[in-house]
Amino acid sequence: MSRKTDYIKKVLGDNVPVPVIELVNVSKSYQPGTEALSDVSLRIDKGEFVFIVGHSGSGKSTLIKLLMKETSPSSGKIFVNNKDLSKIRHHQIPALRRKIGVVFQSFRLLKDRNIFENVAFAQRIIEKSSKEIKKNVPAVLSIVGLEDKMDKFPNELSGGEQQRVAVARALVNAPSILLADEPTGNLDPKNSWEIMKLLNDINKRGTTVVVVTHNEEIVNVMQKRVITIEHGVIVSDVKRGGYSSED
Amino acid sequence: MKIRTLIYSIGQGLKSLHRNRLFSLASVGTITASMLLFGLLFFVTGNIRYVIENFESSTVSVSVFFNEGLSDGEKEQIKSNIELRAEVSEVVYTSAQEAWEKYKKDNKLDDGTLDSFGDVNPLADSDNYTVYLNDVDMQDSLVNYIEGLSGVRQVNCDKKIAQGLSTVNKIISLASSVLIIILIGVSIFLISTMVSIGVSVRTEEIGIMKLIGAKDSFIKAPFVVEGLIVGITGSILPLAILVPVYRKVIRYLNSNYANILGGKVSFLSTKYVFVRLSPIVLAMGIVIGLIGTLTTLKRKLNV
Repeated sequence: MSRKTDYIKKVLGDNVPVPVIELVNVSKSYQPGTEALSDVSLRIDKGEFVFIVGHSGSGKSTLIKLLMKETSPSSGKIFVNNKDLSKIRHHQIPALRRKIGVVFQSFRLLKDRNIFENVAFAQRIIEKSSKEIKKNVPAVLSIVGLEDKMDKFPNELSGGEQQRVAVARALVNAPSILLADEPTGNLDPKNSWEIMKLLNDINKRGTTVVVVTHNEEIVNVMQKRVITIEHGVIVSDVKRGGYSSED
Repeated sequence: MKIRTLIYSIGQGLKSLHRNRLFSLASVGTITASMLLFGLLFFVTGNIRYVIENFESSTVSVSVFFNEGLSDGEKEQIKSNIELRAEVSEVVYTSAQEAWEKYKKDNKLDDGTLDSFGDVNPLADSDNYTVYLNDVDMQDSLVNYIEGLSGVRQVNCDKKIAQGLSTVNKIISLASSVLIIILIGVSIFLISTMVSIGVSVRTEEIGIMKLIGAKDSFIKAPFVVEGLIVGITGSILPLAILVPVYRKVIRYLNSNYANILGGKVSFLSTKYVFVRLSPIVLAMGIVIGLIGTLTTLKRKLNV
């Protein structure tokens, strides 16, 4: 945390918003002449629940790739947890990613391992002991309501259940940010709502949640902050907003 | 890296070896073949060099054999002619009987074999002079000189044998080196293919690992384990084959041919050879495994 925020916090107490994600004039072009993101600036504070919406090809995926440092901006600065990503070296990338839990549209579970092992996998990567893994994995699986299905394999679960396993895997390392990329894209409405409720619960426990989606119904009902991107530009950023693909 | 991560990586590596068992076996097989060849080369050249060294360190002498039916007087004449040369320090006569006695003693011939000869001396025309030199460099010109004397059938000298062996040694070394280099190349290629397949089978897993925040070393470790196991197995296997084979061959040679060339040929002991060969073979196996794995990972994983 910067000295400035420390100072403000001292003066104003704990009510001061602390930025966890900050983009300053970020542009990204993969080929000269076409920009996936164009001069984007945004700030997401600790504990927020934010929807990022837009058509496919609007630049949402690029935004996620930039936050995960899978790619670097052509210009501008990105800060995650007050860390300037342009100053992060290759070997420091894992440390960054461990602070961001990710959930994907296609779940991305390992089909040859059971549910326990899929979640434990994330803990093994950060070199947790077997003892901790045996404690943490069932605990996080109970948050997503799957503690009784630990021995099952992904193909034995419904899509909604698989996505909850993915959420458990994203959560088990206690990240400060949960990034969900079209988490309901492959789910029916009922399961979609269950996943969104789960994400909302996780947000209430203090994790910053960023959901990239184009599910209008969910966005409109939940009344959270909505950032709309079109053609690589932020066209609106509403505190308690909705979204229509006709916009 | 923590111990438990190492154990996990070893487990994953073994799993992957099993999943890719065809390629794993092929890789182990080629490394084994190249190391077997290397071991054989090591034995042959090592022993030839050892024999040559023995020759060079022993007293330099040439043996002079006579034409059939040469009289004692003529032999005496040859002796005095040889003794005229400045580089000659001593000329010793060995009679046919002495040569036979020595051969019998050196080769420990059993009674049955001896009986079959009866009173016949099979080395009847083997009486000879052993000419000792005080100057090795003069050997060639001395041999030329003696060969020019009348009544001389043959002149044997150690140096010629040593030179011949040395040439053979060079040819064997060169030919096997080429073959070994090719086999090592094939081994590295096979390990690389094994790793490539392993990476493509696990693309999804590796992608997730990267996004969850796995360190490069964590992603690479199972593959390195795989390459190392293949390399180490491919070097232990040929050693396990070579030790008993070498022991048997040496025992056979020693009991049957030890006294060829007047007991001057002896072979390196099994222990001597393997104390030197094992670390080289093991190191080569490890290096082959690591090169095959790491270069491929760098290319395939982009980490």
